[in-house]
Amino acid sequence: MATTPSAHVHPHEHGDAGSAPLTHEHAHVPGALHGRPVESPAPPEEVGARWIDLEHLHFVYPDGLEALKGIDLRIARGEKVALVGPNGAGKSTLMLHLNGINTPTHGSVRIGGTLVDRKSVKRIRAEVGLVFQDPDDQLFSPTVFEDVAFGPLHMGVPEAEIHVRVERALAAVGMTGFERRLPHRLSLGQRKRVALATVLSMDPTVLVFDEPSAGLDPRGRRELIRLLHSLDQTLLVSTHDMRLVAEVFRRTVVMDDGKIVGDGPTAEILADDALLEAHGLERP
Amino acid sequence: MCSCSGASWPAGGRTRRPDLNLDRYLARDSIVHRLDARLKFLLTVGFILAISLLPIGSFLALAIAWLFLVALSTAARLGPLRLARSAFFALPFVLAALPLVFTRPGDPLGTIVIGPLALTISGQGLREFATIALKSWLSVQAALLLSFTTPFPDLVEALRRLRVPRLLVAIIGFMYRYLAVLTGEAGRLNRARQSRSAVVEGRGGGSVLWRAKVVGGMVGSLFLRSYERSERVYAAMQARGFDGEFRSMGGRALTATDWTAFVVVATAIVALAVAGQLLLPRS
Repeated sequence: MATTPSAHVHPHEHGDAGSAPLTHEHAHVPGALHGRPVESPAPPEEVGARWIDLEHLHFVYPDGLEALKGIDLRIARGEKVALVGPNGAGKSTLMLHLNGINTPTHGSVRIGGTLVDRKSVKRIRAEVGLVFQDPDDQLFSPTVFEDVAFGPLHMGVPEAEIHVRVERALAAVGMTGFERRLPHRLSLGQRKRVALATVLSMDPTVLVFDEPSAGLDPRGRRELIRLLHSLDQTLLVSTHDMRLVAEVFRRTVVMDDGKIVGDGPTAEILADDALLEAHGLERP
Repeated sequence: MCSCSGASWPAGGRTRRPDLNLDRYLARDSIVHRLDARLKFLLTVGFILAISLLPIGSFLALAIAWLFLVALSTAARLGPLRLARSAFFALPFVLAALPLVFTRPGDPLGTIVIGPLALTISGQGLREFATIALKSWLSVQAALLLSFTTPFPDLVEALRRLRVPRLLVAIIGFMYRYLAVLTGEAGRLNRARQSRSAVVEGRGGGSVLWRAKVVGGMVGSLFLRSYERSERVYAAMQARGFDGEFRSMGGRALTATDWTAFVVVATAIVALAVAGQLLLPRS
């Protein structure tokens, strides 16, 4: 009489460790050189170097606002990258492209060598975990457990494994024992951590954060920084918190007006006063 | 409540607004609390149904039903009279039945004269009014017993497992989750308004019309915020693989204790309903 989702169970598409590239059909293409548009899937050794691969990405909102004006960005597997820029630069719009919530007007998004399109989008959403800025948007279930279980459940993970994953995800963010708690009774810092757990339970290889430190008190911020250090996924974090950038990320990408205007080692970017000044940023 | 105290985020008066708060659960360790939420829900609905089917004037049956609730409430360690007290909030709704007292034909008991109006109290009408009032009071008490002894998320889960349409269950779940957020937002808006509504001595605080406009604006802005939030929530759901179909996990199975308690209480309710129709005296 229990309505188990066993009817929907598909085995998870890739191994638990997630080490295999997403493309199952990658042929070896010797001519596919770095930096050139790749028509056929890239060889496996190159996939890791361009785990996130955006090419000539343009996005125009239905009301005609051109939010992204040709973004080219490559992020290697395991790299931790900060995305900075003034409000309205297009950071959030860019992030929504990474798991197919927004569809590019022109250009392409590849994750782990797989083109994000209508066919692959379900697989991509298991691969790229998006953590939204306001945990009240991310946590929509009555209890913490149901929320963390939502992703795996809708991916068709078997029930026994869902319990294991929820436990593991909550342990990773230090929220073990909060399963039965109600999201609206948690502090903002706790809700942010649970929000991260809701995507960790999907076993993503890429984590994308929108303003993770906004509104946190110093203790919550310290916990966040510790957490970001502990994650071994590929990270792309949009933030205004330049101290966070300096502390966690080795690479920083600067966006303004829908374009990438700076990309390099964090130390160099933060030392470039002219660049920071021109795009409304400040040194930590 | 304690979990909120450490929050750096404005609490938005969440915990100070019991009226809009669906968390009426009172944690105790009792057999009533432990009983499966599905069975409790079915028993509550059954009880309310049995009560509402009692004939007019079955005051003895209603008294037995109330004692039954008192016993359950005591078993749930809520104290015997807590339900009766908490159920008074539903009293204003009973006023809808008040005209019965004056409109039903039957033995006149007296006349009240209000200006040109002469209202005659009828004995039959009074009986009907008293029955309706007691029935609704008892029904509210039964519903309160359910919500005092069952956490709301369990109730939502129970509805889902009782095969209530999933979309409906999901809507109830969202309502529960976002009522707190919405109340917080409304509270913040209200405080922002209050802190800017200084009244200079010798001048009023604006006309009623003007104030109505301000409140209208607040309601509109609350609606827009909720609308925008709904889009962000939907994006968050999509990002986690939601494809339009709500799925759920199997919960715990019913135990022998659950079934025993269910059968005992259900039998009592049926016995009361039958006795109320056939045996118990009416006045």
